[in-house]
Amino acid sequence: MLYKGNLMAGNGDTVKLIRWWGFFLAGLLPFCFLLFQILTRGLGPDPGEAITRFNGLWSLITLLVCLAVTPLNRLLKWRWLVQHRRMIGLYAWFYAVLHVLSGFLLVLDVSIFLEEVVKRPYIAVGMMAFILMTLLAVTSPKAMVRRLGKKWKLLHKSIYVIGVLAVVHYFWLTRADYTQPVFYASILLVLLGIRLYWRYYKKRLGSEGAYRLY
Amino acid sequence: MLIKQPLDIRPSDITDEKVYLSRRQFMRSTAAVVAAGAAPALLSQGVLARENASRQVWVRKIEAQIAAARKSPFSTSEEKTPFDDVLEYNNFYEFGTSKSDPYENSEQFEIQPWAIKVEGACHKPGTYHLEDLVKESQLEERIYRLRCVEAWSMVIPWVGIPLASLLKRFEPTMNAKYVAFETVVRPEQMPGQKSLFSSIDWPYREGLRIDEAMHPLTLAAVGLYGKILPNQNGAPIRLVVPWKYGFKSIKSIVAIRFVEEEPYTTWNNIAPNEYGFYANVNPKVDHPRWSQKSERRLPGGLFGPKRIETQMFNGYAEQVASLYSGMDLQANY
Repeated sequence: MLYKGNLMAGNGDTVKLIRWWGFFLAGLLPFCFLLFQILTRGLGPDPGEAITRFNGLWSLITLLVCLAVTPLNRLLKWRWLVQHRRMIGLYAWFYAVLHVLSGFLLVLDVSIFLEEVVKRPYIAVGMMAFILMTLLAVTSPKAMVRRLGKKWKLLHKSIYVIGVLAVVHYFWLTRADYTQPVFYASILLVLLGIRLYWRYYKKRLGSEGAYRLY
Repeated sequence: MLIKQPLDIRPSDITDEKVYLSRRQFMRSTAAVVAAGAAPALLSQGVLARENASRQVWVRKIEAQIAAARKSPFSTSEEKTPFDDVLEYNNFYEFGTSKSDPYENSEQFEIQPWAIKVEGACHKPGTYHLEDLVKESQLEERIYRLRCVEAWSMVIPWVGIPLASLLKRFEPTMNAKYVAFETVVRPEQMPGQKSLFSSIDWPYREGLRIDEAMHPLTLAAVGLYGKILPNQNGAPIRLVVPWKYGFKSIKSIVAIRFVEEEPYTTWNNIAPNEYGFYANVNPKVDHPRWSQKSERRLPGGLFGPKRIETQMFNGYAEQVASLYSGMDLQANY
């Protein structure tokens, strides 16, 4: 019996490893696409701006995917998804790092970094989201989870704040046509709304407690 | 030339403009429906070919005039932005908000026939055909710097009619203190106008003070790079006001109105703290979203945008500064 159990665990590990690679490569896809665009000069006459927008958008999309993990796990019982949430979150941070770097190296100017952050509220809001994200990324290793204990959970709840800041940043920098930010804001609203719903109306019914992971 | 209808045509006989403008679409769909029957299909293809031919004749005529355009001493000798970049990087929200949208979405835009309604404080109001207006004008090539309010810039060889000579033929009266312009509204050809979440109240509108409109630098462009104005650049006729931020240079103009009061202008109405009526290029007045001290001259390389200092009035201070003498440019941005 013990042997069989080990064998099953072994299979489970293999599946997990394959999934890990699947997520890892999927997360790299936008980056590869961007590299391809850069190499084939497909970004037009203002590549810096295009790269910055691309990275910002993919950071937001990845962040929303990360926020969808808990609801998907609860609604569809995709427990395996939870195992890869750390990587999804780190990819959101990865694209945010590229977004900030390209914004200040390729579009603006490093020399006016501070002035711009202070003077432009939409950049300030984006910067706040980025600093929080960096905090979450730094505290993402298992050792940090153990060390911070209960505080870790509380700290990582700030992903909700990051989501809101990111969408506000998007709205604020948009001029005239709000179709795109409205689209992403609606997704965020659903993802946060479903949590509130569970918290206040379904608390007693939620027997598994799985949703309380976050 | 003012178009007068002969008296023997009753208003009820005149085809509605919408119907008239949709005839190509009608013919296309007809052609598709009857494609099975050879004879009717051939017939409608014949009509389409004739339509195409008449447009090509018009394009050829305008391009012949463009080729004969006079060079202008106002032109800059700075390096021009390559033709492809001028074609593929545009702000023309009627076709979408991304920079490549106008290039991608403007192919179906019809520029012929093109009528311009002239109204207000002038002696010769009416509806004018663009063909007639261009036919009777001497075109000029003007290589201008174009500075976008978003802090990027290009150098573009426009071809057009000095706006003053165009406006003078409508004989504005003393009451014409401002000139208001309007862009065409055609949601079926301009996907941006169909957007549900746009804060722009179409049509796009812009305006100039009469002395700005009559200034020799102000151009009504009908071409660029020696060719007829591409759809995504504001075909068939647009303003070019080189000392102002690009959004003042309204595209695809269908109405010109001489008015006494400062007219409604689109961006100024959406966000008055960001876009003033004057919108003169001014490195000393920052836009709330970005600094206006410098600009990215396009095309930029990947690692290092060509960042250059922004000049007062986009480098046209010598010619236009006197228009604003005594005005507080910090308040009247």
